[in-house]
Amino acid sequence: MSLLMPDSGLLFWMVIIFAVVFFVLAKWGFPVITSMVEKRKDYIGHSLQLAKEADEKMAGMAKEQDRMIAEARAEQNRILKEAAEARNNIIRQAQDQARDEAAKLLAEARTQIQAEKESALSEIRSQVAMLSVGVAEKVIRKDLSADKEQMSLIEKMVEEASKLDPSRKN
Amino acid sequence: MKRLKYIIILVLPLMLLPAMASADETGGLAPEESSGESQLDIQGIIFGHIGDAYQWHITRIGDKELTIPLPVIVRSKDSGWHCFLSSKLEDGPYKGFYFAEGGKYDGKIVEKDAEGNEVRPFDISITKNVLGLMINSAILVALILCCSRWYRRHDALKEAPSGVAALLEPVIEMIDEDVIRGSVPESQYARFAPYLLTVFFFILINNLMGIIPIFPGGANITGNIAVTLVLAVCTFLAVNLFANRHYWKDKFWPDVPWWLKVPVPLIPFTEVFGIFTKPFALMIRLFANIMAGHAVILSFVCVIFITAKLGPALNGTMSVVAVFFGIFMDFLEILVAFIQAYVFTMLSAVFIGLAHEKPETE
Repeated sequence: MSLLMPDSGLLFWMVIIFAVVFFVLAKWGFPVITSMVEKRKDYIGHSLQLAKEADEKMAGMAKEQDRMIAEARAEQNRILKEAAEARNNIIRQAQDQARDEAAKLLAEARTQIQAEKESALSEIRSQVAMLSVGVAEKVIRKDLSADKEQMSLIEKMVEEASKLDPSRKN
Repeated sequence: MKRLKYIIILVLPLMLLPAMASADETGGLAPEESSGESQLDIQGIIFGHIGDAYQWHITRIGDKELTIPLPVIVRSKDSGWHCFLSSKLEDGPYKGFYFAEGGKYDGKIVEKDAEGNEVRPFDISITKNVLGLMINSAILVALILCCSRWYRRHDALKEAPSGVAALLEPVIEMIDEDVIRGSVPESQYARFAPYLLTVFFFILINNLMGIIPIFPGGANITGNIAVTLVLAVCTFLAVNLFANRHYWKDKFWPDVPWWLKVPVPLIPFTEVFGIFTKPFALMIRLFANIMAGHAVILSFVCVIFITAKLGPALNGTMSVVAVFFGIFMDFLEILVAFIQAYVFTMLSAVFIGLAHEKPETE
């Protein structure tokens, strides 16, 4: 069968043609293409990696943002609370101070009133003594022998009487 | 209803075709009948198309044969080199050379030696297959260089490939990724990838060009055993010249029980035999597939002419059937063209990969 017998002429040309084709394509054809395709594949892989990283970074940033917002809100709450506390403190202090002042003023007024009362009482007492002496003089119509002695007696009596007086008043 | 439409579409041509065929008979087949060729030489037609030739027959217009004469380059032992167009041999011997008829060198250019015996000169004529190889190789080189030029001129990182590059890149990438990187170890990749890609595209373009029925296609190149032989020898060399020590150890001293290799080297023998059968199978597979495809398509075309003498009705119906099957076979051949190129490349890659296997560590 001639079909199964390789023809020498065709073999010869096939070797030459295939060798030339192989040489040309292996030198200027396929390596250029495959290396570029490879390079692009690497580039795409790299880009995908970068995109993934950026995505992760974004997610991290969003989380950070949330965290910061929560922090700020907590800070705000804290500050507000502190402010309220400070306000309350100030008010309370002011109230205390005012109360103290009022109490002091009241006490002062009371002592003054007491002193006034004392002095008024002592004046009244002497007046009463004088009156009672006058009354006694008029009653007795007689000079008492010893003025001094009479006076101390009356004073003593008035004292007793005045001592009795407040208890009677109360 | 839809089915009925299809049936009508199928049947209508069957009814119409006999009339057309009988009309055609007077035009197309008339010269053949007038020349007295009553018996159609089917085998001659098919083998004429499948085989090699010294001229490229394209068609026949009326009585005139349209052929491209090709240069004949022969070296006679007696008279040295001769170079002339094959058309000079049509009317008989030229410079002592003539086409042999019958015998050992049927259809080849022969001459008579001193004793009057028919001998073949050293013949490196540009035959139909050689010209086809040159044309297809030129197309292949042009395509691939166009593609690589695109990559040289453009920044592949910034632009998507266009034109030829866009056409070829997916195919190149498929072979590169699935076939070569899948079989050949990474360390050997740069050495073998250009060869395997060249083989793939070389076979593919020759297969596809073979399916195109008119010049410059139609030459049965990859269905010629000389072509597949060269390709198989290349793979054989690529596998065995660069094989590592483990590969040769596996061939001559494989890991099998000692009695399989000591008195009678049974397994080493089959292993060494396998070195040659693998590329041989590659050669035969590609050759047989493509040749058979051409033969089947040609047979279907011949059916039209065989049935021409059996009456218009039969001829018409058979023509439709033959055309239908011819179209089907053409589509099948396109598939086969790709599959055979793929299979040849893949098996070559696998054999190369096996020759670089690392020994198994226990």
